[in-house]
Amino acid sequence: MIGEINSKIPEGPIGDKWSSHKFNMKLVNPANKRKFEVIVVGTGLAGASAAATLGELGYKVKAFTYHDSPRRAHSIAAQGGINGAKNYQNDGDSVYRLFYDTVKGGDYRSREANVHRLAEVSLNIIDQCVGQGVPFAREYGGLLDNRSFGGAQVSRTFYARGQTGQQLLLGAYSSLMRQVGAGSVEMHTRTEMLDLIVHDGAARGIVVRDLITGDVKSHTAHAVVLATGGYGNIYYLSTNAMACNVTAGWRAHRRGALFANPCYTQIHPTCIPASDEFQSKLTLMSESLRNDGRIWVPRSHDEARTVSDIPEDQRYYYLEEKYPAFGNLVPRDVASRNAKTVVDQGLGVGPLKNGVFLDFADAIKRDGEETIRSRYGNLFQMYERITGEDPYKTPMRIYPATHYTMGGLWVDYELMSNVPGLFVVGEANFSDHGANRLGASALMQGLADGYFVLPYTIGNYLAPLLGESPLDENDPACSTVVNEVAERTQKWLAVNGTRSVDWFHRELGKLVWNFIGMERDKNGLEKALSEIPSLREEFEKDVRVLGTADNLNTSLEKVGRVADFFELAELKARDALERNESCGGHFRTESQTPEGEALRDDEDYAHVAAWEWGGTSNSSIRHKEELTFDNVPLTQRSYK
Amino acid sequence: MENTMTLTLKVWRQNGPEETGRFETYEVDQISPDMSFLEMFDVLNENLISSGEEPVEIASDCREGICGTCGCMINGKAHGPEKATATCQLHMRKFSDGDTIIVEPWQAASFPVIKDLVVDRSPLDRIIEVGGYITVPTGSAPDANLIPVPKDAADTAFDAAACIGCGACVAACPNSAAQLFTSAKVQHLNLLPQGQPERWSRTEDMVETMEEYFGSCTNHGECHEACPKEIPLDFIAYTNRDYVKSKRKNRKLLGQTS
Repeated sequence: MIGEINSKIPEGPIGDKWSSHKFNMKLVNPANKRKFEVIVVGTGLAGASAAATLGELGYKVKAFTYHDSPRRAHSIAAQGGINGAKNYQNDGDSVYRLFYDTVKGGDYRSREANVHRLAEVSLNIIDQCVGQGVPFAREYGGLLDNRSFGGAQVSRTFYARGQTGQQLLLGAYSSLMRQVGAGSVEMHTRTEMLDLIVHDGAARGIVVRDLITGDVKSHTAHAVVLATGGYGNIYYLSTNAMACNVTAGWRAHRRGALFANPCYTQIHPTCIPASDEFQSKLTLMSESLRNDGRIWVPRSHDEARTVSDIPEDQRYYYLEEKYPAFGNLVPRDVASRNAKTVVDQGLGVGPLKNGVFLDFADAIKRDGEETIRSRYGNLFQMYERITGEDPYKTPMRIYPATHYTMGGLWVDYELMSNVPGLFVVGEANFSDHGANRLGASALMQGLADGYFVLPYTIGNYLAPLLGESPLDENDPACSTVVNEVAERTQKWLAVNGTRSVDWFHRELGKLVWNFIGMERDKNGLEKALSEIPSLREEFEKDVRVLGTADNLNTSLEKVGRVADFFELAELKARDALERNESCGGHFRTESQTPEGEALRDDEDYAHVAAWEWGGTSNSSIRHKEELTFDNVPLTQRSYK
Repeated sequence: MENTMTLTLKVWRQNGPEETGRFETYEVDQISPDMSFLEMFDVLNENLISSGEEPVEIASDCREGICGTCGCMINGKAHGPEKATATCQLHMRKFSDGDTIIVEPWQAASFPVIKDLVVDRSPLDRIIEVGGYITVPTGSAPDANLIPVPKDAADTAFDAAACIGCGACVAACPNSAAQLFTSAKVQHLNLLPQGQPERWSRTEDMVETMEEYFGSCTNHGECHEACPKEIPLDFIAYTNRDYVKSKRKNRKLLGQTS
């Protein structure tokens, strides 16, 4: 068992911590940087920006992605925007305000020091992206436009139509490709990390599988950076891309890295509901729609009339009634939970009664169809393409879906896990969002980690290693792991059961959604803990993976990822069970205010739960990192 | 289920780049009009797995029309019958009960088949590597509002930057040219003030690398028709202009504004 966990938060006032830490860290001399090799896994915002920056600095970088091109990572799908405390709108924003909002928005379960650093570097990110040619929205005078996002009281969000993630990723990708062209980054596409090599107590490399030839081999380096995204696909249905998975992080966890707060998941309130059993993923509709749309369900369980025939007094505008001050603009978790409540009461709308209405009729009457079209035209078009319904004429149907995971591998202030030499950046780590992430902050964190934090902190780890070579790829420490991975891969082909990988993934997803979804309680979590292992046993005996391991085989790729989701699901349930409080995206039915809001227990739970793998999926050990709040006073959220 | 469809699929199956491919015919039923085209393939693959046959490899990831991973020829059209729509956003309500649908991989010599409907599009990355960027090392950028960008210019650059890199333009082109992709990538940067210092070398390097891998443009415009983001053909004209100019620009005098 590991000893005390040390977050290495620097001393000093909150505003000085990062600058003094940067000064105190050891530097690697420019001529020596080329003697260090770094592996970066994942090429989304965090991975691409990290690999590009490390390459520019002179390190020898190997970057890996399972996609056919680094540009495909799921950061690309982010719509809304990226926060930056530039105060260009002169509305009173500052680094301190962004810091404050993020700690409060995270429901006091993040580290103040990390969040302050994030707010500080948010300024540099915007400069960097504009320098790369990211086409952010502009005013007629040619300067950058901003909007208020996700209930923020200042306009600090930079955006590029509804495709901010795409444009930021293309910026990071272009920087990465520049380094690939310059020879400082060696790019490995269609190559999936399937294990971590830990030797003499430090991360020395990774084992990967070439997804085209099936070759399993090791790559070694002085340090390994995981930028492998979140675990939202544990729910099967989520807004994540089809291939998003936890395998890289989970395999590192099994090799000793702590996994923090797996129960923290963000459920996004405005997604298009599933249309049938074969629904493969859910599509998010920007929550800006809630600025003008009114959310309601019929008051009667057996409402059969068409929408326009339902009179006003028989419509239940549940958010407006319960939260008169914020109405339809309550935070994501409150909006999501209330939608679930009415659907569970049988008031849902649509053929499967699995959604609520988001109605623009009043807004169109008030502002005219043209105004609404100019605000949301592309979103309405997207909705119509998917559902075949015209939202100008009939209300949209929406329902919450899993969107982002705040938990992830535990890292210290330098973004290094408890395994020396293993760094974790972006959504894959747990660090900055606490129990709930604010809108437009995911892109900010991914790029902060990759451009402006890791490239400094990794030097502090590498500097003392000067003169040491990476582990020999023929070392038994590598070949043992290579053999394990190859055997694990072959094992799945040999099961030859009766049901597909997707079938098991879907069944697992239902369990996780029902018991570790928007609302959790003791009974449900205990039920999850008894049902997940039995489904997993069935999966191991009865899954059917056809084809071979020496050719492109998507089912074979998926089966290993689903196996890791099974193990994570158990840990997630345990984490949710042990965290007997509600906070942010984690809502325990037993812990709520009389108004039904999340009720924190700061006395007992103002800490990070960092889990150590105990050898089996039910023997994990829970460690605590206490959180202190010296700058942002602990308060209870209220949206009445 | 009401209103479901039964469809006949003729799907290209090919085990690897060197193997001989063939069409296989499959029937799928109970297809709901609300399913996406790829979900219809999920149903087919479930059926194939049940009957012990290897599922069809078909690429997709975000299934929201933005990552550019998906794409195949559907009844001879890149991304299928719906305009401005990537394969993953195509829904089965665009088809009718009893239809026969022919599904093939992108066809271009520069995009070899990896397996079934999945092709290798890596030459697109080679074009970016040689110039699809602005050289701005991390940390060296000036304040974001230092250089105003006229709104029309920024919007036009965005129209180019909207390219998702799916390769439909190449697949749709009778010459397998990559002009629309390359021009979109070149012009996104060439239209912005930040992109000016490298404008001529970028254009030259990207166009010439494109020509190493792809066919030549003869202005058919099929690329624009197939493009899920409707990238305008104007960018090809802008790039041709920039390419010609790049050949006679004295790079030593680029600091002079008049």
